[in-house]
Amino acid sequence: MSILLDAATRVIVQGITGREGTFHTEQMLEVGTKVVGGTSPGKGGTTHLGLPVFNTVAEAVRATDANASGIFVPPPFAPDAIMEAAANGLELIVCITEGIPIQDMIQVKDFLRGYPKARLLGANCPGLITPGVAKIGIIPQRITSPGHVGLVSRSGTLTYEVGSALTAAGMGQSTIVGIGGDPVLGLTFRDVVEMFEQDPQTTHLVVIGEIGGSDEERAAELLARGSRLKTVAFISGRTAPEGKRMGHAGAIISGNRGTAKSKEEAFKAAGVAVAETTDDIVGLLRSA
Amino acid sequence: MKLLEYQAKELLASLGIQIPHGRVAHTPDEAAAACAELGPVAIKAQVPVGGRGKAGGIKLAKTPDEARAAAQQIIGMDIKGFKVPLVYCETALEIEREIYLGFTVDRDARANILMLSSQGGMEIEQVAEESPGSIARLYPNPWRGPLDFELTQLVYDAGLGELARPISSLIKKLYRAIPDLDAVTAEINPLVITKKGEVVAGDAKLEIDENAAWRHKDLEQRFGAVIEGDPFEVEAKKRGLTYVSLDGEIGIVGNGAGLCMSTLDLVQRAGGKAANFCDIGGGAKAEVVENALAVILMNPRVKGVLINVFGGITRGDEVAKGIVIARDRLQMKLPLVVRLSGTREEEGRAILRQHGIEPGVSAWEAAQKIVGLTRAPAVR
Repeated sequence: MSILLDAATRVIVQGITGREGTFHTEQMLEVGTKVVGGTSPGKGGTTHLGLPVFNTVAEAVRATDANASGIFVPPPFAPDAIMEAAANGLELIVCITEGIPIQDMIQVKDFLRGYPKARLLGANCPGLITPGVAKIGIIPQRITSPGHVGLVSRSGTLTYEVGSALTAAGMGQSTIVGIGGDPVLGLTFRDVVEMFEQDPQTTHLVVIGEIGGSDEERAAELLARGSRLKTVAFISGRTAPEGKRMGHAGAIISGNRGTAKSKEEAFKAAGVAVAETTDDIVGLLRSA
Repeated sequence: MKLLEYQAKELLASLGIQIPHGRVAHTPDEAAAACAELGPVAIKAQVPVGGRGKAGGIKLAKTPDEARAAAQQIIGMDIKGFKVPLVYCETALEIEREIYLGFTVDRDARANILMLSSQGGMEIEQVAEESPGSIARLYPNPWRGPLDFELTQLVYDAGLGELARPISSLIKKLYRAIPDLDAVTAEINPLVITKKGEVVAGDAKLEIDENAAWRHKDLEQRFGAVIEGDPFEVEAKKRGLTYVSLDGEIGIVGNGAGLCMSTLDLVQRAGGKAANFCDIGGGAKAEVVENALAVILMNPRVKGVLINVFGGITRGDEVAKGIVIARDRLQMKLPLVVRLSGTREEEGRAILRQHGIEPGVSAWEAAQKIVGLTRAPAVR
């Protein structure tokens, strides 16, 4: 078992013929992901990497029965690509694209309320991988191995770093999920932690957060209610300089939340071990 | 992009919002001329950061001579790391009352939030903390914006019912900054009701989403060059790098924001302080590493550099080769510690050692090494 993604997930790649789309589709196929096709407006009817290419997601879904998508299109087109995927019934939408304007994402989030089955991961995220089984996105499979640790993170490279340390220590992963670092995004820490809680294969959990927002605090609140998972949290950005503030609006709505201290305290209050450095995570997980 | 007050006001005026009469002055003489034309003025430092009033960046001038003297003091002043490039000379308003109006992105709600309070002014954050109920809030639908009845309710919620019409109409204009300008924060504090009953923007803060810069190339051209930030940050931006200046002595290069931040944390834990950091993003191509190192080394405070790279898709041996090439091209003599991890890390470390670069096995060990090396006197 795993969360969100398994061997049966039928994946299309939006933007499959682009440079990034091509490279990462190859990588996804190498892991064993069931990629069933892709979209690229104007190139419908052709094949790429041996897969059928469609003009639209609707055509792709009709022909392939896909239920998930990986999005590799540039920022001006990514918001529409996400909405197109949701409107056509895809249940898992992974948007790798970095640099989407915030106001576009706010509109997308509002649009998605009309499609409660659609779960968006990202944007600006590395995607997810169920080691040895399937991946959507760009997490390098070489750093992963199958096992029982759930890993959820905001940062790409820290995910690779910790995944790699877990693998080297013989602690395989059930699923690794990169939720992305943008201020307005799809699945949150809390959503993903809840899924790991329900997944029988997952026995341990690593949460890698960073300063800003209060998604980490909300996940900690959930864990504080009682969890069967042995969990370690790490927060980066303890010593990062405060942003040079101009107005008061941000402070009015966020108060003291969002600091590394607030996040670490929230996890400690939930009985979760907090790692000082990423090097400490494996040890803490062993003794958790 | 955080705009200066006069730039924000120009944009607000273009949305139909009333602003006080004002003139930009680059020199004390221009400030004197502005005062001669406008009468008594406030001379206001233009910096993209809050707290300028408390830092002495706002002075009142009744005569051209006073305006000249005030501008003399303020232009070139340093406010929270920003050198004041120019002042804005603005006629004083006859204030009847001060209101707070602003919107920003509420990350937790994944939505824009509009806020209105009858208690405008500098103490608004205290008001928010002590009586949060006195700030009325509205989450407008992001596709259609706020509707009339929603705004009417907002104004009544703020206890400003007698001003329902003029304020609703003003909020509608301000809200245009979202669809038209990709503003992520806009604030008018105070929004002044004058003794004559006019509604005027006393101050203005406006931040435009950098991710949407491609939709607003005109704004960058019109305003971008005026904001004199840190010269190294300006240079890094020109080269397309994510770079932040800090005040220590160790330069940091990392790939990914999370990794950069955790590297800063480790350097501080080891007893050092970062001078700056540069995020080279995923991968680590030689030319990108070289570009990043070049900017890092422009800062004369840098006594040594720590590179922390995780090679995921990019292989460790390729990253190592890139670092060696970059160092040689830049003829870098300062201590350099590289923590390289990920795919083919052993091969990568061997290449580094062959070229006299100290590899660190863990990020923590590398942080301790660079802190140790930079304590010794450096030869540039």
